[in-house]
Amino acid sequence: MGWLENGWGLSLVVFLPLVGAGAVLAIPKANEQAQKMSALVFAGASFVLSVVLAFQFDYGRSMDFQFGTDLSWISAINSRYIIGLDGISLPLLVLSTFMTVLSIVYSWEHWPEPHNPKAFLSLILVLATGMAGTFVALDLILFFVFFEVVLLPMYFMIGIWGDRNQAKLPVFRRTIEMRLYASIKFFLFTLFGSAFMLLGFLALYFRSGNFNNGVNTFSMEVLSEIGRMGVWGGTFGFWVFAALFLGFAVKVPMFPFHTWLPDAHTAAPTVGSVLLAAILLKLGTYAFVRISIPILPDEAHSWAPAIGILAVIGIIYAALACLAQTDMKRLIAFSSVGHMGFVMLGIATLTDIGINAAIIGMVAHGVITGLLFFLAGSMSHRYHTREMARLGGNQKLMPIMGGILGFTAMASLGLPGLAGFWGEFMSLLAAFNPIDGLSDNLFRTLMVIGAVGTVLAAGYLLWMLQKVNFGEPGEEWASHTFHDVDGFEMAAWAPLIVTIIAIGIFPRIVFGATNDAVVSLVASAFGG
Amino acid sequence: MTTLFATIATKAPLILATAEEGEAKAFSDGGILASGAWLIPVVPLVLAFLIVFFGKRSPLKGWGMAVTALGFVAVYGTVLFLMNLGEGITYEGAVWLADIGTTAFGTLSIEWGWMVDGLSIMMYFLVGVVGLLVFIYAKGYMEGDIRYTWFFASFTLFAGGMLVLVSAPNLIQLIVGWELVGVSSWLLIGHYWEDHENSSAAIKAFLTNKVGDAALFIGAIIVALTVGSFRFTDIMEVVASGGPDSPLATYAFWAGLALFIGAMGKSAQFPLHVWLPDAMAGPTPVSALMHAATMVTAGVYLIGRMFPFYLAHDFAADVRLIIILIGGATLFLMGLVALVQDDIKRVLAYSTVSQLGYMTAAMGAGAYTAGLFHLFTHAFFKGLLFLGAGSVIHAVHSNNMSDMGGLRKYMPYTFWTFVIGSLALAGIFPLAGFWSKDEILASLSYASGEFPAAEGGAGAANLVLALGIVGAFVTAFYMTRAVYLTFFGKYKGHGHPHESPRVMTYPLVGLAVGAAFAGLLNVPGVTDLFTKAVGARFVAVLDHHAESIDYTIAVLGGGAALLGILLGYRLFAKDAPTQLERDRFSIPVLYPLLRHKYYIDDFYMEGIIKPVRGPVARGVDWFNGHVIDFVINGAGILARAVGKVVYAFDQGAIDGAINASGAATSLWSGVLRRIQTGRVQQYATLIIAGTVLLVGGLVLFQQI
Repeated sequence: MGWLENGWGLSLVVFLPLVGAGAVLAIPKANEQAQKMSALVFAGASFVLSVVLAFQFDYGRSMDFQFGTDLSWISAINSRYIIGLDGISLPLLVLSTFMTVLSIVYSWEHWPEPHNPKAFLSLILVLATGMAGTFVALDLILFFVFFEVVLLPMYFMIGIWGDRNQAKLPVFRRTIEMRLYASIKFFLFTLFGSAFMLLGFLALYFRSGNFNNGVNTFSMEVLSEIGRMGVWGGTFGFWVFAALFLGFAVKVPMFPFHTWLPDAHTAAPTVGSVLLAAILLKLGTYAFVRISIPILPDEAHSWAPAIGILAVIGIIYAALACLAQTDMKRLIAFSSVGHMGFVMLGIATLTDIGINAAIIGMVAHGVITGLLFFLAGSMSHRYHTREMARLGGNQKLMPIMGGILGFTAMASLGLPGLAGFWGEFMSLLAAFNPIDGLSDNLFRTLMVIGAVGTVLAAGYLLWMLQKVNFGEPGEEWASHTFHDVDGFEMAAWAPLIVTIIAIGIFPRIVFGATNDAVVSLVASAFGG
Repeated sequence: MTTLFATIATKAPLILATAEEGEAKAFSDGGILASGAWLIPVVPLVLAFLIVFFGKRSPLKGWGMAVTALGFVAVYGTVLFLMNLGEGITYEGAVWLADIGTTAFGTLSIEWGWMVDGLSIMMYFLVGVVGLLVFIYAKGYMEGDIRYTWFFASFTLFAGGMLVLVSAPNLIQLIVGWELVGVSSWLLIGHYWEDHENSSAAIKAFLTNKVGDAALFIGAIIVALTVGSFRFTDIMEVVASGGPDSPLATYAFWAGLALFIGAMGKSAQFPLHVWLPDAMAGPTPVSALMHAATMVTAGVYLIGRMFPFYLAHDFAADVRLIIILIGGATLFLMGLVALVQDDIKRVLAYSTVSQLGYMTAAMGAGAYTAGLFHLFTHAFFKGLLFLGAGSVIHAVHSNNMSDMGGLRKYMPYTFWTFVIGSLALAGIFPLAGFWSKDEILASLSYASGEFPAAEGGAGAANLVLALGIVGAFVTAFYMTRAVYLTFFGKYKGHGHPHESPRVMTYPLVGLAVGAAFAGLLNVPGVTDLFTKAVGARFVAVLDHHAESIDYTIAVLGGGAALLGILLGYRLFAKDAPTQLERDRFSIPVLYPLLRHKYYIDDFYMEGIIKPVRGPVARGVDWFNGHVIDFVINGAGILARAVGKVVYAFDQGAIDGAINASGAATSLWSGVLRRIQTGRVQQYATLIIAGTVLLVGGLVLFQQI
């Protein structure tokens, strides 16, 4: 199995979907069955391979990059094809291949208008390569490429298959089709952030030569070693961190850079929302852990209070915004901002507990909110509305759908015993004792406010369930017959339900991979 | 008043003993029964899931599996309970689940475990036995329900969650059980969710509990990070050995307070009590179990579990002043509200809140045995009373006592068992409630002399003792009222009421036996079986408990109860044409205040919930659309305007220069235009502009 471990295995996980995209494009438009099958085969192969890697992974040294390779790529700027997998990226990589497969399964019989499975599937597959690539790239330029590759397919998914209702822009009194507004906003907002991020990368590159025998490098590992020496310099470090922060914070998204998210989620087709919530949001938080903290530890330390404050504002702000939503999908979208707030709070503590919390929080949010968007999509497909005031009595019309919605909402509000609990609880745990040098009082205040956020989160989810699931169905549905969950939906959702329970009662599925890696990351960055 | 109770207090130390410090007792490890006790929570949980998936197809529609689960727990719990009465068992099992990071004390891990000691065994027994009887009863009560199978699935989950909670040897698992109980109570209270009111009651319960849970999280976090472990045994070790300088001691007040606020949520202490009376929206068996053995006992249990922490002077002893006062306020204020309820279940619900106040006050006074003993006896008689009320409701199809009256003749089993339960609750000698309430009052009077908390501790204990005695009077009074309005006089309802089926009356008899005799486990001066049983702990709990009877207290408490019954008899025994005329309790000012539950519910609704859901939430949403998005949309619109100007300039002046890249752009956009609008060209231009910016940056940084 040598080929599996010397970089080929990992490369295949990343690029098989891209090959699949090519294959789908090569199949004649009429032959939809073949397109679906080949998409599933390639995404499935990528997933299986990532699981095989997870089994081959040496958990005893999860702090080291495994299955990696280091090849010459763009020699002019010394950017190299460096990939590798450690305990931090492993769960996220598996999550991304897993969600891709489920998205394809779900899509089998659920095509948003204007149909065209061929284009849709190839976009999903390109997206899959971008997502997986981001989690394994260990070279900043390679990372940047994957990070940006993700943008285009999602842009087209929202722009073409998205919501065709008219949206009104407040203040400017313009109306624009929802899908256009949301897709442009998503694209430009993220691009705006990434431009600064790239600037930051370049700055690091040009500075790195000073500390690396005159060789400029984009290698994250080398840059981390330089970061450990603490030699970047105050002003330089500050601005570089600020640039990276802008790029990552938009992607997370953190308050106040989050406003693209509710629009994008609401307008996106179901699978688009699912992948957006489950994976795309994780690229930003992952980048904080993978790039910002190890390469710029001192700067991360001085920025941490600001990040923590923004994170907690995000938690409360999102919860309050959720309470005001009338559109179910938009409510779920806002809830993502709150959940990512907990993730960022964990990261801001700069402790191993906090970063562990962040990673399990990311995975949990991926499966839980992914499932919530699947459900919202299937329900609006049946009811042709997402207005919660018109739903109601869903539990009676579609008992299984209602039951799964109830279960997932419970998971989302952080019910202990289900996946969502760990990230939330542990980031509060970490906030009590942030790393040395950070203000205990500040973070403890943040902890208390964050805990209040869990109450608000319970509030909006319970009220959502009350509006959607409970009560008697409205008059307008009296003559309708509803098909409860169908086979493809079940096939896509059952694995998520199982995962939510499994991580909930046996969190070692995630911590087993992350803990040593995180402990070592924190120790080497902050000399803990 | 102070002088009266001061005299009692001086006498108290003679008759109360505090367990000696460092008393090293040899306990049994319980053998295979203890090491296999992980089955106690697991069996109900597994069966709850099986009921969801296979219940409908099974011959008894899920009831069989549910009753099997509870039967298993009841038998297991009884065996352990009897063994523990004999020699005392302490055992802790644990399975390592994962490491989650490091603290100043080393690696922090999470574990699944099971505690088998005096305290948890008492709870296994209680949940098992009371639960089994309630489950049997529920077969009759729920017959023909629209979601019969689902009901038993959630009911079994409810019991299972409680068992996870009481078996927990660490705070994380306690939290898991804690919230499992919370979520299954939400399911059960909202069982008839077609009705908006019921689902609202369920949400009220969940959210009020969640407020407590948030505090519980904080308490658990503080303790875990200052001890370096979630385990109770580790925490108690620090409490036993650590002085005022230990990290835990530094934060002990806040940790103790936060944990207590968590306990207030579950144990419905003022001012977080509001959910419990509304929880009546659920089917009556749920109320019976919720008010007796499970859920509301969780808070008292938590204080019991953490008891040495609350007792130790260097740790959270100061919090006990708050605990005793909250308990006192709850027992007194909520007992009064029970006086004016028409809904028989609400009478009992407010009575539960009040009785939980007694338990809490006892815990605050440092009387572990007394608090838990009342929890134990209360489970029997309150479970009995709720099932009795359910039997009545089943017969007359109304919750309101104004539709009842005269049921004594139609429902003899229900009547007699209800009377036994009422007398036990009122604290009439020699029924269970007498002994446990007496023990609480005695410990309060002892505490007024010994209370270690801050200044004013003695005054607080005296005040709460006075409230407790008045509360005994109030308790007896409202129960007498309920008994007379329900069972005496002429029947005022519709139809012909009849006794409930045997599947419902037998559990009543079973619980009545408990309500009559459970108090005999701890008779001061005669036996202290219960004290010894719940005292089987790894760390001595050092509480004080009565070793002989204090006649002053017994007479005061018992006399107050008799007085209450007498007054109730005077007021309510006489029949009248309508129940409303019989119900002659209306004191001006006080009556409307009680009818409105001191306006606390209204305040929460109008003062907190509505503003947050309404103006505050809408304000945030407005801010999102009109402020943040104003900046963003504005930037976008501005950029487009600038772009148009630049484009004009571009067309006019530097057309030739850009042609090379323009060709590539138009080729690409030509492909995409078919599936998108023509705007892609603009983005492409933007990307190019971005690239220019980046190249500029490159050059710039190279200069540095």
